[in-house]
Amino acid sequence: MDNKIAAVTMRNITKRFGPVLANDRVWLNIYRGEILALLGENGSGKTTLMNMLSGIYFPDEGEIAIDGKPVVIRSPKDAFELGIGMIHQHFKLVDVLTAAENIVLGLPGKLDLRAAAKKIREICDAYGFDVDPDQKIYDMSVSQKQTVEIVKVLYRGADILILDEPTAVLTPQETDKLFAVLRNMRDAGKAVVIITHKMHEVESLSDRVAILRHGQFIGDMPTKSTNAQEMTNMMVGHPVVLNIERPEPEDPKPRIEVRDLTVRDIEGTLKLDHVSFTAYSGEILGIAGISGCGQKELLESIAGLQPVEAGSIEYIEDDGKREQLLGKDPLAIKEMGVALSFVPEDRLGMGLVANMDLGNNMMLRSYRSGKGVFTNRKAPYKLAHQMVDFLEIVTPSVETPVRRLSGGNVQKVLVGREIANAPSVLLTAYAVRGLDINSSYLIYDTINSQKMRGVAVLYVGEDLDVLLELCDRILVLCGGKVSGIVPGRGAKKRDVGLMMTKLGGNADE
Amino acid sequence: MNKKTKTPLFHVAKRGALRWYQAWAIRGAAILLALIVCGVVTSLVTGENPFAVYAAIWKGSFGTPRKMWVLLQNIAMLLCVSLAVTPAFRMRCWNLGGEGQALIGALASAACMILLPGKVPNWAILPCMLLCSLAAGAVWAGIPAFFKAKYNTNETLFTLMMNYVATQLVAYYCVVWESPKGSATIGIINSKTELGWFPVVGGQKYLLNILIVAALCVAMHVYLNYTKHGYEIAVVGESERTARYVGIKVERVVIRTMLLSGAICGLAGLLLVAGTNHTLTPTIVDGRGFTAVMVSWLAKFNPVWMIFTSFLLVFLGRGAGEIATKFGLNHSFGDILTGVILFFIIGSEFFINYQIKLTRGAGKEE
Repeated sequence: MDNKIAAVTMRNITKRFGPVLANDRVWLNIYRGEILALLGENGSGKTTLMNMLSGIYFPDEGEIAIDGKPVVIRSPKDAFELGIGMIHQHFKLVDVLTAAENIVLGLPGKLDLRAAAKKIREICDAYGFDVDPDQKIYDMSVSQKQTVEIVKVLYRGADILILDEPTAVLTPQETDKLFAVLRNMRDAGKAVVIITHKMHEVESLSDRVAILRHGQFIGDMPTKSTNAQEMTNMMVGHPVVLNIERPEPEDPKPRIEVRDLTVRDIEGTLKLDHVSFTAYSGEILGIAGISGCGQKELLESIAGLQPVEAGSIEYIEDDGKREQLLGKDPLAIKEMGVALSFVPEDRLGMGLVANMDLGNNMMLRSYRSGKGVFTNRKAPYKLAHQMVDFLEIVTPSVETPVRRLSGGNVQKVLVGREIANAPSVLLTAYAVRGLDINSSYLIYDTINSQKMRGVAVLYVGEDLDVLLELCDRILVLCGGKVSGIVPGRGAKKRDVGLMMTKLGGNADE
Repeated sequence: MNKKTKTPLFHVAKRGALRWYQAWAIRGAAILLALIVCGVVTSLVTGENPFAVYAAIWKGSFGTPRKMWVLLQNIAMLLCVSLAVTPAFRMRCWNLGGEGQALIGALASAACMILLPGKVPNWAILPCMLLCSLAAGAVWAGIPAFFKAKYNTNETLFTLMMNYVATQLVAYYCVVWESPKGSATIGIINSKTELGWFPVVGGQKYLLNILIVAALCVAMHVYLNYTKHGYEIAVVGESERTARYVGIKVERVVIRTMLLSGAICGLAGLLLVAGTNHTLTPTIVDGRGFTAVMVSWLAKFNPVWMIFTSFLLVFLGRGAGEIATKFGLNHSFGDILTGVILFFIIGSEFFINYQIKLTRGAGKEE
């Protein structure tokens, strides 16, 4: 298949971070007019490899050639001059500037915003973007910001585009739009690399897949000639079963009853509007919705972290005794004897302390149980060891700060700790976001095992396919209101999707 | 397009965790380098023999037993204030008011020494001084802490401003209690009765202060690393949202920790007044509230390492003073040397976290 010259050839690339071998003699070709999906588990070195191409890291060993000519990429500026542009997971935009200002920021020459705006419109027309050059970044949605990032690299003349997990923050509709744009770029002869975990995206979008495992290049092949099962096996290194179990709930009893919950944020915007539902023990209640439709506020209200305007949240014990959770902080809820575990969306910002090691993070839930004024440091470290074994957490030691772990392992630490708490209610928000297949299935299994224990699980998810496979019932939120509650078994993806965008959807018959 | 590709000669890469002795080897090398640079600078600028200058620096601290005791006392006082600000720093709460908090503690102690004799039994004077100085320091830190917790005001500016208020208050009381009249200074308080003076322990005037601070250092180490409070401080410092998530009451921790911080500063004021100076002046704390910030940072908020960093700063400071007098050099020259040494020490942290890698096959042409 080497009948055309590769836009990028990476030969024998090795990169170490201290003792960690992030990339081990990787070979990779990227071609023009092709969308390449770069696959690999968390921490397999995909982002590192691409960062070396975009000038953020410098390889310890190996060579990079662009269009057959060897090059040295020392900085992002070098990368830009070679036509390489990368769109990172975390956007690098100045909030108070407009789209056009952000796009021309740092470019040499006279500042001519009008000419820039014209050029931006041309790029938008050519590929089908929708960007207002005069709009401020802080007024934009996540997907708009991403579009600005893409236009920014195109504006600088990039014809080799790298996107690091671009769909992690997008709704299904926005993802479709992005994919259409990427296909336009491919057809215009650009080379596109996309890093992703989502198999169906790989299958629907890419022309070729390349797979990394533990920093090593495993192989590449045309997407058409492979399937999700084979790719997953290559990523993980051994056969994996791609099935989510869904046992029938055993003896479900009402556990959490939410009535007319109404929440406003600091700006006074209505985030939840008279939300009512009941979560049962031994059941997984999925919560679907476009991001920002009140999922976060709902979970945080139950966890005692969100000021609530009106409504009631009652915890119902097995004997039918009811306790009001509203107006109590997490400590008060715990002291009432309610074992409530919460896996929040922002793992390192809430839930874990990035600079602390595994043991100290385990201690967050248990530090109060020490004798007198002292903390008990042995138990949490023992728990950390157990978690490392049980959840296959990849870490140099339990004394390693969690910020050094890859996303999937960070999530395992958090989920592991919350489950070790022996909860009766488990709240999870985007529990598998950014996780590879193997880790995702491990998390699904863990959540299922909690369900079997009789835990009432609230599972906020973004992947409708998973929600439909995993959950017993699905509550669909739309703009802070309950759009409907459907049984997970037999629900149609299309119907749930419609309920997400329109109150009641088509299910109201 | 036949541009020759240039491979960079070196690049910077992050290191893995170093063993403690490797890290200290780097720090040691930095100090050595700093001394060499200092020597060169000295020879070039003053024409003095650099070794004579080093000897003078050494003698400034270790020349006589008396100088050694003064050194230890100065280390103890600096360490005391550093220990005081450290809990707040660990909480990422920048208490720059150590100076004022210590000063107000000193004022409270002096007030007790001046006003209490005759009104309470003599044995009760020292306990009163202790209570008052702790309370005064705590209040001085508690005011900014309350506003930070309640209204999220900036503690850095607030504590800094409180320093000036404290200085002016002390200046005012120096006039109120002046002795002799018209001098606008207080002079030695209770010089005849020695009421409110610390007892001399082991025949050494400074020993009690040093022992108190040593005990405090151990206590602070345990408090920060092994107690629930210490853990809460660390969590609040790293992430307030995570702290709320596990049910820590952030406002309460902020106020509690600042009260503790202020109280220990107040204790430092007591040690200065009752232990060593037996008087009160607006400059009695001598900038230690600010130097403590550096001591604490250099030691990465570790109470045990702070013994070394406070030693280093005091040692350099006393050495600077010695060369100023001995060679007739300006005192600023000592400060220049201190600056050079600190530059190297702070710079060495870069080499502990990063390494410079030479590119293999550099200069190879394609």
